[in-house]
Amino acid sequence: MRKREILVRDEEESDPRYGKIPTERSVEELIETGVINLDKPVGPSSHEVTAWIKKILQVRKIAHAGTLESPNMGDGEILKFQEFYQ
Amino acid sequence: MKLHGNVGDKRLRKILEEFTGPIYQRPPLRSAVKRVTRIRRVYKIDFLEREGRYVLIKIWCEAGTYIRKLCHDIGEVLGVGAHMFELRRIRAGSFSEKANLSTLQDVIDSYILWKEHGIEEYIRRVILPMENAVLHVPKVIIRDSAIDAICHGAPLAVPGILQVETGIKVNDIVAIFSKKGELVAIGKALMRSEEMVSSKKGIAVKTTQVLMSPGTYPSMWKKAVR
Repeated sequence: MRKREILVRDEEESDPRYGKIPTERSVEELIETGVINLDKPVGPSSHEVTAWIKKILQVRKIAHAGTLESPNMGDGEILKFQEFYQ
Repeated sequence: MKLHGNVGDKRLRKILEEFTGPIYQRPPLRSAVKRVTRIRRVYKIDFLEREGRYVLIKIWCEAGTYIRKLCHDIGEVLGVGAHMFELRRIRAGSFSEKANLSTLQDVIDSYILWKEHGIEEYIRRVILPMENAVLHVPKVIIRDSAIDAICHGAPLAVPGILQVETGIKVNDIVAIFSKKGELVAIGKALMRSEEMVSSKKGIAVKTTQVLMSPGTYPSMWKKAVR
């Protein structure tokens, strides 16, 4: 990964009353919005494995990203990352 | 890759070398994309080991490269034919085999430990914050007051920006973050990094995918007066 530097336009802190630092999310929140770097077994398709994870975690929305042959996957919002993981 | 005939090491290495750089590929019959010949970049092919006709190679390539097709094509050029025998993805974007890789069993075990015994440690190693998916994407960090409009799909205007990572070019995909390190949205840059910092006004990023729920931060933008 290329090393990037940060250019500062303005300084301002975030209001602690809103939002949450990612590491402070509850497990429930993680299940709702997180991602899993899954070691998919050889055999079942990405699609099948995604359905199993959906059942295990009892989530409503789930998707995988990664090629036909082997995936990275996650829950819910991961749908939106798919363009990075063709 | 399994070769269908005998090929010497020297010749194999030479042909593998020829398959690095831009290559033409027509997506296979059963494919998720339109079947038109397209160019994909193969950055590097490492010849790891072989045992007779079985050859183990490590490939660094652009997203959308069909490896099964690549193996087939290498076989054609070698003149003996070949097919992909087994494939393992070792890295994709910011994910790799090295960190936080979980098996299906890890998912089940960690979920049960959390759900039935209240142990969080393991499931937190399995389910990662979504921010992990964009570690490789350049960041734009914005003010609290700009967040909710973005969550409603608005583009990011320059005054809402606090910090920008260097190296962003027009049309690059960028990740919009809050100062707390939360991923707000993904978008397409309409300016270079330097312009995002030096411009007084203008649209810096067109929002393409919103990740944060609207209402997480208070809405500060002016609503139309009826």
